[in-house]
Amino acid sequence: MKEEKRALTHDPVEVEQQEWKKRRLNERWKQTLTIASPIFLLILWEFLSRTNLIDVRFFPPPTDIIYTFYNMSVSGELFHHIGVSLYRIFAGFLLGVIPGIVIGLLMGLYSPIRHFVSPIVMALMPIPTLALLPIIIILFGIGDFSKIFTIAGSVFFPVVINTTAGVINIDSIYLDVAKNYGANSKDFFFKIALPGSLPVMMEGIQMGQAIALLTIVAAEMMGATSGIGYLIWTSYKAFLLKEMFVGLILISFFGYLFSLILRYLQKKILPWR
Amino acid sequence: MENTKISINNLTKVFFKKNNSVTALEDISMEIFEGEFVCLVGPSGCGKTTLLRILAGLETTSVGDFEIKLGKEDRPLQSMVFQERGIIPWLTVEENVAFGLKMRHLPKSVIKERTDYYIKKVGLEKFSKLFPKELSGGMKQRVSIARAFANDPEILLMDEPFAALDEQNKFILQEELLSIWEETKKTVLFITHSIDEALLLSDRILLMSAQPGKIIKEIKNDIPRPRNIEKIRSHQQTTKNFIEILNHLHEEVQKSRK
Repeated sequence: MKEEKRALTHDPVEVEQQEWKKRRLNERWKQTLTIASPIFLLILWEFLSRTNLIDVRFFPPPTDIIYTFYNMSVSGELFHHIGVSLYRIFAGFLLGVIPGIVIGLLMGLYSPIRHFVSPIVMALMPIPTLALLPIIIILFGIGDFSKIFTIAGSVFFPVVINTTAGVINIDSIYLDVAKNYGANSKDFFFKIALPGSLPVMMEGIQMGQAIALLTIVAAEMMGATSGIGYLIWTSYKAFLLKEMFVGLILISFFGYLFSLILRYLQKKILPWR
Repeated sequence: MENTKISINNLTKVFFKKNNSVTALEDISMEIFEGEFVCLVGPSGCGKTTLLRILAGLETTSVGDFEIKLGKEDRPLQSMVFQERGIIPWLTVEENVAFGLKMRHLPKSVIKERTDYYIKKVGLEKFSKLFPKELSGGMKQRVSIARAFANDPEILLMDEPFAALDEQNKFILQEELLSIWEETKKTVLFITHSIDEALLLSDRILLMSAQPGKIIKEIKNDIPRPRNIEKIRSHQQTTKNFIEILNHLHEEVQKSRK
């Protein structure tokens, strides 16, 4: 094969150009596969459902779900749920991330604080915030705040742990440079500790974002009167599975959207990586 | 020239860990004069980096002390050129060079002027807005050198700054360092394990023994300046000095094997 090709084209540039075209074609093919995979899944689902190979009651065909989605959007009901849930997610996310960053930085910078606080963090972390939901509802009522607090509680831990790790793992040579060039503690914080810990801290925030979405659904199942989680739960209880799927797809959509946004921000904030 | 700039008096450094102590430096005394370029050569693990780190304020002495004479009031005592990885990845070339000046909170115009001057001096004008990830090893060390010179300290401490570079780059950077140095005539203490490097750069070479680190020999290297690699290589005194240092280092390595 190779021999033949060599005989046909003698121009090295041409040969390499052929190779390059082949590689590009290969890349395009991979991209197509990535886009095709969810579409394939939906078509398969549609087909199986329409032909009754899977139970339509549990797996309504995607086109029906889209139709339901459309109806719910037109009635405005859906946007109410989305709005409520997004508010809770954002508020809970911020309420978890901000103290997580502050406490994490303090733990990373001051070892006495780290040694004092870290056993508490480690002991509280394994307790699922959702298991505390009954107590949270007793303390904060069934309003928005109890959901926000639940989300914040779940988001806090990965952020605090990653922020601490981010500060501790800054290469010691940068600490030497700062010391040698006489950085005071304020400069040290803003020029070395904060930017140096950002990459690992951002990983924690990514994790926190994923956890916030996982938590919202469960948090809205108890003592809630609106939200995507409430929609999923009540639809399920009333056996309105199309509506339930609409809720599930919304969660999946927002999860994907948020991680894209965070990844974009990460690139903007960390141009030096 | 004969003003003492750095004096080290009976300095000893012991590292202690769980009932196990290692004497890194033993009873070191020496003087380095104003405007002198001194190279400290020794086998690896002889404590030369420890000595430099003590002078840089990054490590404390166990016994003994040292003094760096202050010339101008508003000058920092010392600045260090670190081994590779010493420049900060989240600061641009410009910000890295300005780092010491910024830490001293000098007026913005002064910072800008001195930063620009040294960036130009090391030939990185085109790269001043880039982050270190986009630079080659040689360019990174140029940034490191510019940062130290821009800070205008009383003395410069250099910890094997060219050890990680390939030979071509090393030659280029050594000559560049010489030309910047000749302009400022700073007092320099330079650590290296390369004999050639020491012979090219220094006025005086101090040889260290393997653990515990002691200064056991001093070699004057008075080949006239300005120097370049060809000139040093072809000078007859170089060969003599080279062999002397080489024999000494061999001896030390043999000793530490026993």
